[in-house]
Amino acid sequence: MLVVGELINSSRKAVAQAIAGRNKEYIQELARKQVEAGAHIIDVNCGTSIGEEDKVMTWLVTSVQEVVDVPLCIDSPSAEALAAGLAVHKGQAMINSITAEKERWQEVLPLVQKYKAKVIALCMDDGGMPESVEDRLRVAGKLVPGLLEAGIPEDDIYLDPLIKPLGVNSRYGVEALEAVAALKEKYPKVHTICGLSNVSFGLPERRLLNRAFMVMCLTRGMDAFILDPLDTLLIGLLKAATALAGQDEYCLEYIAAARAGKIKA
Amino acid sequence: MAVLEELKEALMAGNANKVRELTQKALDEGIAPTTIINEGLIAAMNIIGVKFKNNEVYVPEVLVAARAMHAGMDVVKPLLAGDALEDKGTLVIGTVKGDLHDIGKNLVIMMMEGAGFKVVDLGIDVPVEKFIQAVEEHKPQLVGISALLTSTMMQMKKTVEGLAAYRDKIKIMVGGAPVTQKFADEIGADGYAPDAASAVDLARQLLAS
Repeated sequence: MLVVGELINSSRKAVAQAIAGRNKEYIQELARKQVEAGAHIIDVNCGTSIGEEDKVMTWLVTSVQEVVDVPLCIDSPSAEALAAGLAVHKGQAMINSITAEKERWQEVLPLVQKYKAKVIALCMDDGGMPESVEDRLRVAGKLVPGLLEAGIPEDDIYLDPLIKPLGVNSRYGVEALEAVAALKEKYPKVHTICGLSNVSFGLPERRLLNRAFMVMCLTRGMDAFILDPLDTLLIGLLKAATALAGQDEYCLEYIAAARAGKIKA
Repeated sequence: MAVLEELKEALMAGNANKVRELTQKALDEGIAPTTIINEGLIAAMNIIGVKFKNNEVYVPEVLVAARAMHAGMDVVKPLLAGDALEDKGTLVIGTVKGDLHDIGKNLVIMMMEGAGFKVVDLGIDVPVEKFIQAVEEHKPQLVGISALLTSTMMQMKKTVEGLAAYRDKIKIMVGGAPVTQKFADEIGADGYAPDAASAVDLARQLLAS
């Protein structure tokens, strides 16, 4: 189970402030805490630094890698910012994200190849957001073969089914879950990943929905999540569900996390 | 007019069937269609809008309320003479080119329709020319521009610039997750709204100014 820590994102006010003031200590502390809590990869996003995103991304990547040993997930809708972050990244980075939109595909694919990065492949194309399981399978049918043809190993591909808010349509939860299962069945060696917070937009007590959704995704075969690793209940459920799904031999990870006090009932 | 109070309650509870019945009952009691719309259906949606802004109701509750409003509108609209309903204004709205997000935009449309505005939805991935064409064709008072990606915010600027020739006739409102008041000012929009209910307030302010 792969955990990508989502907290270094400039859409969060405190992070935007830290970035604006180049508060390196704050960013480094946030990275350290997420790794301690169990994140395997740290996402870095500075989308709100308009006009200087490349520069800020470079600063973020170097600052974070000064204090943690894990790879980073370079997260930006701008290909220039992705390139800037990848250029200074040490180790195998993850790119968030490529899509089947023509322009995006052409901009991002060379970066995936050049840096031999892991890549999140979002199930959308120029036709817009996917509206069904079939839409997602159709777009994944362009993404996966395209990436493989470009020489990207299956193990480096993370399909994101694109999660839409349950509050807008009460079928969006189950639709996403069915998509996970269908993608997993069609591409068993490719990973599936998603962010958890989209699903709860517009609803109260969002963390409850995020946590439940994580467990449900996991049972349908999802094996990577972009999440808040400092949500201890979420991490506890993740460890428990991983063990229950038969993916934690002798429950050793679960036991170790409990013994270390990292998870609690 | 106790029936209108009942109608508002039913609408806010999202009970479409009851709204349909009560709209008919109000008509049977001789209440004018425009009164039913303004003091019943739209008034109730306005209350929902305020509650939504204050986090007292949530997105799905707004959706069922809007559905109930449309159920009432369907009963009363055929009875309106063409120009009987006070014209609240027309909004042309779309998500900018390169951006395929529509959930936020659709919430704005719902609230604006709920407030009695006529809305022309241009959809997603809308190039500047299509905004211009729609302004020519529909002669709106308001243009709404949405962007959900930090990378498409600059397209928002281009869209505002593209509409320069019409600025004496239209007010431009912008919104979307990465957009701020500061950004709206920088690109020369007339206003920014952080959420769908605020968009209605903003529209009213812009039209009054």
